[in-house]
Amino acid sequence: MTPFTYTRAHDPASAVAAVAGRPDAVFLAGGSNLVDHLKLGVATPGEVVDVTGLALTGIEDGSDGGLRIGAGVRNSDPAADARVRERYPVLARALLAGASPQIRHQASTAGNLLQRTRCVYFQDTTTPCNKREPGSGCSAIGGYERYAAILGASPACVATHPSDLAVALRVLDASVVVLGPDGERRLPFGELHRLPGDDPSRDTTLAHGELVTAVELPAPPPGARSTYVKVRDRASYAFALVSVAALLVPSDAGDPRDAAQVRLAFGGVAHVPWRATRAEEALTGVRLTDEAIDAAVELELEAATTSEGTAYKRAMLRGTVRAALRELSTGERTLR
Amino acid sequence: MSEPTGPTLLDPVQMGRPVGRLDGRRKVLGVAPYAVEHEAEGAAQAAMVASTVPRGRVRSIDATAARALPGVLAVLDHTNAPRVADGEDREFAPLQDDTVWFRRQPVALVVAESSEVAREAAALVAVEYDEEPAEVGLRPDSPRLYTPEKLSDGSESDTSAGDVEAALAAATHVVDETYATPYEHNNPMEPHATIATWHGEDAGLGDGPVLTLVDSTQGVHAVRSSLAPVLGIEPERLEVVAPYVGGGFGSKGAPHVNVVLAALAAKALAPRPVRLTVTRQQMFALVGYRTATIQHFRLGADADGRLTAISHDVLEQSAAIKEFVEQTGSPTRSMYAAPNRRTTHRVARLDVAIPFWMRAPGEMPGMFAHEVAMDELAHRCGLDPIELRVRNEPDVDPETGHPFGRRRLLECLRRGAERFGWEEGPRAPLSRREGDWLVGTGVASSTYPANAMPGNEATVTFEHGCYAVGIGAADIGTGSWTSLTQVTADALGVGLEQIRLGIGDTRYPSASVAGGSSGLSSWGIAITAAARAFREQHGDRPSEGASATAGMPDNPDLQEYALNSYGAHFAKVRVHADTGQIRVPRMLGVFSVGRAVNPTTLRSQFLGGMVMGLSAALFEESVRDPRFGHVVTQDLASYHVAANADVADLDAIWLDDDVETHLNPMGSRGAGEIGIVGSPAAIVNAVFDATGVRVRDLPVTADKLLAGLLPQRERDHVLGDASA
Amino acid sequence: MTRTIGLDVDGEAVRIEIDVRTTLLDALRERLGHTAPKKGCDHGQCGSCTVILDGRRHLTCLSLAVAHDGATVTTSRGLAALDEAPDAGPPADTAEPSSPSLPGADPADLPLHRVQQAFLDHDGLQCGYCTPGQVCSAVGALAELAAGQPSHVTDDLSGRPELSDAEIRERMSGNLCRCGAYAGIVAAVRQAAGS
Repeated sequence: MTPFTYTRAHDPASAVAAVAGRPDAVFLAGGSNLVDHLKLGVATPGEVVDVTGLALTGIEDGSDGGLRIGAGVRNSDPAADARVRERYPVLARALLAGASPQIRHQASTAGNLLQRTRCVYFQDTTTPCNKREPGSGCSAIGGYERYAAILGASPACVATHPSDLAVALRVLDASVVVLGPDGERRLPFGELHRLPGDDPSRDTTLAHGELVTAVELPAPPPGARSTYVKVRDRASYAFALVSVAALLVPSDAGDPRDAAQVRLAFGGVAHVPWRATRAEEALTGVRLTDEAIDAAVELELEAATTSEGTAYKRAMLRGTVRAALRELSTGERTLR
Repeated sequence: MSEPTGPTLLDPVQMGRPVGRLDGRRKVLGVAPYAVEHEAEGAAQAAMVASTVPRGRVRSIDATAARALPGVLAVLDHTNAPRVADGEDREFAPLQDDTVWFRRQPVALVVAESSEVAREAAALVAVEYDEEPAEVGLRPDSPRLYTPEKLSDGSESDTSAGDVEAALAAATHVVDETYATPYEHNNPMEPHATIATWHGEDAGLGDGPVLTLVDSTQGVHAVRSSLAPVLGIEPERLEVVAPYVGGGFGSKGAPHVNVVLAALAAKALAPRPVRLTVTRQQMFALVGYRTATIQHFRLGADADGRLTAISHDVLEQSAAIKEFVEQTGSPTRSMYAAPNRRTTHRVARLDVAIPFWMRAPGEMPGMFAHEVAMDELAHRCGLDPIELRVRNEPDVDPETGHPFGRRRLLECLRRGAERFGWEEGPRAPLSRREGDWLVGTGVASSTYPANAMPGNEATVTFEHGCYAVGIGAADIGTGSWTSLTQVTADALGVGLEQIRLGIGDTRYPSASVAGGSSGLSSWGIAITAAARAFREQHGDRPSEGASATAGMPDNPDLQEYALNSYGAHFAKVRVHADTGQIRVPRMLGVFSVGRAVNPTTLRSQFLGGMVMGLSAALFEESVRDPRFGHVVTQDLASYHVAANADVADLDAIWLDDDVETHLNPMGSRGAGEIGIVGSPAAIVNAVFDATGVRVRDLPVTADKLLAGLLPQRERDHVLGDASA
Repeated sequence: MTRTIGLDVDGEAVRIEIDVRTTLLDALRERLGHTAPKKGCDHGQCGSCTVILDGRRHLTCLSLAVAHDGATVTTSRGLAALDEAPDAGPPADTAEPSSPSLPGADPADLPLHRVQQAFLDHDGLQCGYCTPGQVCSAVGALAELAAGQPSHVTDDLSGRPELSDAEIRERMSGNLCRCGAYAGIVAAVRQAAGS
């Protein structure tokens, strides 16, 4: 671990100023990702600005029937919050599917969204990685690709975003409140993360020194049901091979398989939490049969590129979407 | 003196009771000191620098920046490290020359005042290499393949009886398949770790220890005997201490390079103690692992399912720096009856880290192939898989012709079938579905040789109304503190409260390692001999200070009988039809291992082996990237071991009236490995029963099942995708 | 860079000067001699370093000590202080014989949390290295269950989760046990929950 100075910020503006004013400064929240990277040599900041003392730890009702979750709220808290469980089950489910109880007590909302890929080469400073060391090459391509991206990847990077929470927020049409040196701004959640392109070193669209202060959730559509289905090797405490956040608004007609609205987002397949808009369109106004679901996912995956190591993700994704939508239409949760 | 005979059995009074772990209270409180947790006044912290090339030479090492760091005490490399006295075993000769044998080999060691400074300085050591071409992948056409002289169990590389090819050609039913097992890492929860203190030759007026190693090891005497010549110390003056050991599963069965590095650092900084903990990532390169195997298994059977041929050809790998040959085909030689049999082993010594023991080395991967092949044969013969095994039960050991001591495999299978609710008859895959889940059951046999290792000695001394019993044994979680106390009590005919056991320290007499399911057996033989000598010399009313020491009496039965433990594994699996996710809702193991010395710790050993078997079946795989030469899944997030949620209804039972009369006075046989042998096959067989998909390479994961689970149109799509 | 921080560890107030890079785990183990929390992976992947930190179960390996100035830490050694319902004691037949002669501090004077006693009753340990983290985690898990917090395996998010083996397994999955003592651990947590 390289030496750094440590400061504890007492208000958001001074935290932002401290980091914005120094190119090698970073924010420290829960630490579950940053401290890991400090030890691995993946992160080598000169200054660590601790933001856990800021008053960003509330979960508050929004004026529009939505919810505002402070950036410093620990992952276990929204998962246990009655409002989240009732109105945003996909969010509670995604949080509960992530990491372990101990880590959920530690990891913050913003830290979860800003956590970095678990690509084994990114975490191994003895191997080339464009995300860690721009221009050094991508070791994952042609290497261990089991967790690699199949959508939106580039020749420079096939890393996937590891967050479960982020996938859930994609179908909730959340927005992120960001404080920068020039003040506060809001951006749609879908604009927070970015595809790797030729600069995989940047995971997000945030400028250096910008601090996420909150996540805002609009009220869910009336009658919406939602869930999160995660497929992983172990039954618990493992990152997703693929995951699906699904939100369904049943139609007024009798058959629960007829949906007025379907929203889908995929985890474990891209550098960003992937909103499957093409699949959603294909499923709008259609009876949710296995065949229709498979066809919709295939449509979404038309742009996918797979390798020997990731070929399985097509079939797994189809199956996971089937399982998620079946759970929402039948109300019976069979995969846990 | 009369002819030596088999062991005289002890009268079990304390043995057979479920005595709670004597070390349990300390462990749940966290006050049992593991290696580096021992006090060591003024100890320095060491950190390793690892090579970043798989093969070559160190051209230069620049430690200027590291040495300049405040708090750095020393940076050792091949130009300045203390010399070893004997560098023949290259694993134990680190920093002696500039050769790089594998990626992640230590090329320098930093010693500092604190672990933070040591780690920072290690990152500052700049090493340049002259890289040479390396061979790091196990391939069937590897030019490095050769026939080893011996396997690591001491047996022949190749065996042959009858005419396998002719028998296969004439067989009614044939299985001819290739099975593969991956690299796996032991990953005990306590990393390998050492405190080394170099006292010097003048210590203790000339006869005290020159070096003390507080180490995490499965055998303090193994560390002493391995490293005393390396370090040029009289064995008696190398002190090794390991009262509590946080698991090992074989990796701590011998010292590895880290222990030598700790000793060299301590010598350089003498008399200051040095702590060296191997990081979890470094454990994927430095402390051994299970080799991958590629196994060509052929079975021939007549119309009734009676085996006519068993052929097992094994490809596996070892390391260029040091040979270790997994005995993968060994269990095949005595498992089932067949007139025509052969086993072969071909090994490639690659430019990679050194493989070593991992729980049931040989038996685990070998019996995986054998027991899946038997399941495939049962299907081809249209037989219940248990019935197939019944029809091929040998009368005598097929390999040696010796009688079995007590082979109760079929009883294990039958008892298990009854308890598990096994449905008799041929299996019909894909026949059970519960909602979105496909359900199947599987069975597999298990075996493990009953071992008693030579070189054990124990001493019994009467002190303050108690019997102090010493032997340099180890408790790596197996329960030795407790079970050996029970054995000692029965050997002396007294209660537990009168026993003061001493283990885990070379101040006690020589003992073999806690490994090969041999610990309790080997140590108990010496303890019983010492107890009997004590009573013979001092009677039932000994005077204070009375003492006796004894080694292991001859046991001619070991040459006359084939002594093995047996077991039967039953597994139920559920496979999610859409995603391929696998769950194991139930596992049952039924075992015949001789007397249960302590039913509580015995059961835990069985269950632990079965959990590791489940873990191997579903998760464990170390991925070595052939472009780099090291394992890239080098932590516990990317190398999955079973978590609590993966284990559901898990049960282990053992046969009644099971007393081994040929091995030791306790009537036991050892239980550390048998739980992992066969359990992966039972799960893989159950997955086939559930899905109709036969996976022949471990681990069986969702992605391997998906293609087979899908309708044909999708299967084509996936396969086309993969080959594109 | 160094800083002086204060901690309450198992009821004892301490102040230490630390390198700001020092993790809470290293501060406890290497600076304060509190070796009950174990270093199994040092990267938040095994749970061996779990303690109760300011009332919640927490990994100490992924926490900088300097960020926890003033924190209250309970390790397995001091866990009994958190027990509201101490157990009456072990059943007679499985009672641990006196073992004062074993290496390490004589634990006779250290009281057990009922969770720890349950681990002994069900042999929920083998090598013991993950055990201090397991028992701390179990205490946290029971508190979370009692507070009605759901888990991944809770099917009905609107109600209170019921105590089931599946719930216990999921909630204890952040603590790996390579010896595979999971069956005993689940039985122990179930017993402790019932008392």
